[in-house]
Amino acid sequence: MKEIVIISGKGGTGKSSICCALAHLWKDRAVIADCDVDAADMHLILHPQSSESKDFFSGIKATIEAETCSSCGLCASVCRFDAISAQKGKYLVNQLDCEGCAYCYRICPTGAISIPEQKVGQYHISQSRLGCTLIHAQLNIGAENSGKLVSKVKSVARHQAKQEHKDFLLVDGSPGIGCPVIASLSGAHFVILVTEASKSGFSDLKRVWELVKRFNIPGACIVNKADINPVICREINEYLLKEKILALSEIPYSEDFPAAISMGRTLMEQNESTWRPIFEKMGNAIKEIM
Amino acid sequence: MRIAIASGKGGTGKTTLAVNLALFAAETEPVLLMDLDVEEPNGSIFVEGVLQSETAVYREVPRWDQSACTLCGKCSAWCAYNALLKLGDTILVMPNLCHSCHACSELCPAEALPMKQESLGKLSYLECGNLRFVESKLDIGLEQASPLIAESLKYADKMFSDIGFQIIDSPPGTACAMLSAVKTADFVVLISEPTPFGLHDLNLAVETIRQLSIPFGVVVNRDGIGNDDIYKYLEQEGIVLLAGIPNQRRIAEIYSQGGLLYKAIPEFRTSLDKVLRYAKGIR
Repeated sequence: MKEIVIISGKGGTGKSSICCALAHLWKDRAVIADCDVDAADMHLILHPQSSESKDFFSGIKATIEAETCSSCGLCASVCRFDAISAQKGKYLVNQLDCEGCAYCYRICPTGAISIPEQKVGQYHISQSRLGCTLIHAQLNIGAENSGKLVSKVKSVARHQAKQEHKDFLLVDGSPGIGCPVIASLSGAHFVILVTEASKSGFSDLKRVWELVKRFNIPGACIVNKADINPVICREINEYLLKEKILALSEIPYSEDFPAAISMGRTLMEQNESTWRPIFEKMGNAIKEIM
Repeated sequence: MRIAIASGKGGTGKTTLAVNLALFAAETEPVLLMDLDVEEPNGSIFVEGVLQSETAVYREVPRWDQSACTLCGKCSAWCAYNALLKLGDTILVMPNLCHSCHACSELCPAEALPMKQESLGKLSYLECGNLRFVESKLDIGLEQASPLIAESLKYADKMFSDIGFQIIDSPPGTACAMLSAVKTADFVVLISEPTPFGLHDLNLAVETIRQLSIPFGVVVNRDGIGNDDIYKYLEQEGIVLLAGIPNQRRIAEIYSQGGLLYKAIPEFRTSLDKVLRYAKGIR
């Protein structure tokens, strides 16, 4: 079973639409994992028919019991995150600022602080309308530990793919280069970078590829909206050649992307004759490398 | 006043709105623009400024002092992030997991974990007429964006407290990085697009900003694609629609070259003016 991660650096380049199209192409051969856990959208296209949901606990946050607190203020003085403040002589933890280091808990002289484990999100094992299994998740608002939730989604998806004897685990990653992206790359066999022919898209592609290189994972690139800026598109292709990234496909600017999303369809369902040949070609190229 | 431009979904036009709003406002008053999308900052593609300074940003992480360590293992047992690991007669420090809480360093009975500086990223400060522009860029390979965002905001408070109008370009999402970038703002502009993805992620962003109790409004980008569910949502929720940006291939082309929309498309000035007036009315 091979693990393929789709990332982009920049958001809004068409990553999830492309991932849904590949999911459609490989509906009998792959398990899908939506690892963009703080803005998960694939379920809006793949419409789960049935789901098994589980709470995800990770990390802790401090709370102060008012009756036991002696108002000495030691907790607030050691907190590096300015999460503890006095209100009417009583100390309170701002839950959004607390990073769960437990320093206050360890030094509180009256034992007034507790550190309950936090439910930071949920993950779901779903049967998508296409037939393939979709593992997706939702991180709670403002929650930390998105990287840990990504790791959880991936490990559940990996297990599922092996159990179902699938050839691929297809992972939709999040934008950026930080913890959720790093977590989605860990253990991957192949990376598909989705960029667009814009200065921003190219700049973000270079930064995310610098990250991928540290993992020694081979990569291929899809240039979306390739025709909006032929100059940048050429520069991107030169870069791909230099960095030994496979130029997988160039996709023209197309209103099919938002139209398909709005109809809750994959690109192939939106316009079979245009998109099936494009994605079949991509799929064959990926299989060849694998 | 400080305005943050944010969105749940990536690629909805945060940077476009932030740079155009900042340069448009800077035609009449001093403005500070901060690009705090530290993982993938792109503001400098659009702002042609003169570089004034570059500042390295650091945070503190523990360093193991083997000669002082008694190998009691308390640090490793206490660290909430598993950033310290006692392996035989060695204490392994993993900076990528460390949140710089200082607990291990200050509670170590042998004082064997002094804090040392570790690079987080770089701040570039540029000037462009009335505009002061600060771009914050995370070192590649680092996992946590929030500490750099917090340090960048401290830098802005120290250097630019005299600039009354400040705009922040936030990271996408609704997790800790986005929260760190918007939490000091007086007003948040959420930008999204009229598709089910855009609406779904806007809804998450709205819930996030409501938790922070910051006033906010919405700009709908690529108006004309998708459907009108987003407008129905805004009406139902009593959320103000600040402006719409039409879906035009030409806009995508201007953006792709690093161009400024309000210079190429005069109608866009009216949209920016509406956003500015509303935000300033909040104060």
